[in-house]
Amino acid sequence: MEPIIIEGTPKTPTVRFDKSEGVFEIKGRSIPENSVEFYKPLVDWLDSYKEAPLDKTVVNIRLEYFNTSSSKCILDVFKKLEAIHKSRNEVEVNWYYEEDDEDMLEAGEDYESIIRVPFKMIEISD
Amino acid sequence: MSFDVETYLKDQPESNVILYYKGNVDSDVINHVLDTVEYKLVEVNEQAKLRKKVYNVLVESLQNLYHHVDKVPEDFEDQKSEKFGLLKIEKVVGGYKIITGNFVRTDHVELLEEKINKINKSSHEEIKELYKFILNHQRISEKGGGGLGLVDIARKTGNKLVYTFKQYNETYSFFYLDILVNQDN
Repeated sequence: MEPIIIEGTPKTPTVRFDKSEGVFEIKGRSIPENSVEFYKPLVDWLDSYKEAPLDKTVVNIRLEYFNTSSSKCILDVFKKLEAIHKSRNEVEVNWYYEEDDEDMLEAGEDYESIIRVPFKMIEISD
Repeated sequence: MSFDVETYLKDQPESNVILYYKGNVDSDVINHVLDTVEYKLVEVNEQAKLRKKVYNVLVESLQNLYHHVDKVPEDFEDQKSEKFGLLKIEKVVGGYKIITGNFVRTDHVELLEEKINKINKSSHEEIKELYKFILNHQRISEKGGGGLGLVDIARKTGNKLVYTFKQYNETYSFFYLDILVNQDN
């Protein structure tokens, strides 16, 4: 399937969902006014990917900032991953946060408590 | 009509104002404000943790204005601004103050006040649970807001949401939200 590759902007993250390379990542800033518009193609892509996923899907989330409107869309992304995990495929989320950024760590823990997918919290030191 | 939306802000000391804006809050204005404030905080070597909190809270306050302001009253001086808002950011001891102002229809006041009071009465742990509940159960509204903005601001700052409503006329009030982002939380 065709990968999704989106270059980051000051308000939207860099995205790379590439099945053939086994790379799934969202990084940068996610603070658009209209986050649904940005995330819909990602959620749709995962919907198709769900039909024939890799044995193991490792997703890297490395966000510097995200707004509350993105937080709901990111949850939708995770819900798709949860569905893949439920159908007996291995899924893992690496949630990166910068040293001292307790808010970002807590945000990761929020998702971890809502979504039934293994999360790994990874601290990035400056 | 002698009502001046800026009176409330003028009553406060002007000493350390980093940014002041009055007018339409569109996407370009939001970008510009965020860039300016980010640059200024880096310039004064503000510690990363506080800088990030200020940035996060500023994003939510501006996008709250963007998504939720009511139309300006018909007799208001600025009829060109579809999403009229006020913003003042100032340096205070130990942190920053972000004050926003916008028109709210009087029939929306009660609901907004109830929402803020509910947040203000909650402990930090309760706010965290409320955030998670809304995140997981509420859809994004037609206006594009997620209903999480104020909860997120209270959670990230650890401070109460200080607010005032000033009556403009029978149909409209002006709503000021006074947010303290400081190092202790």
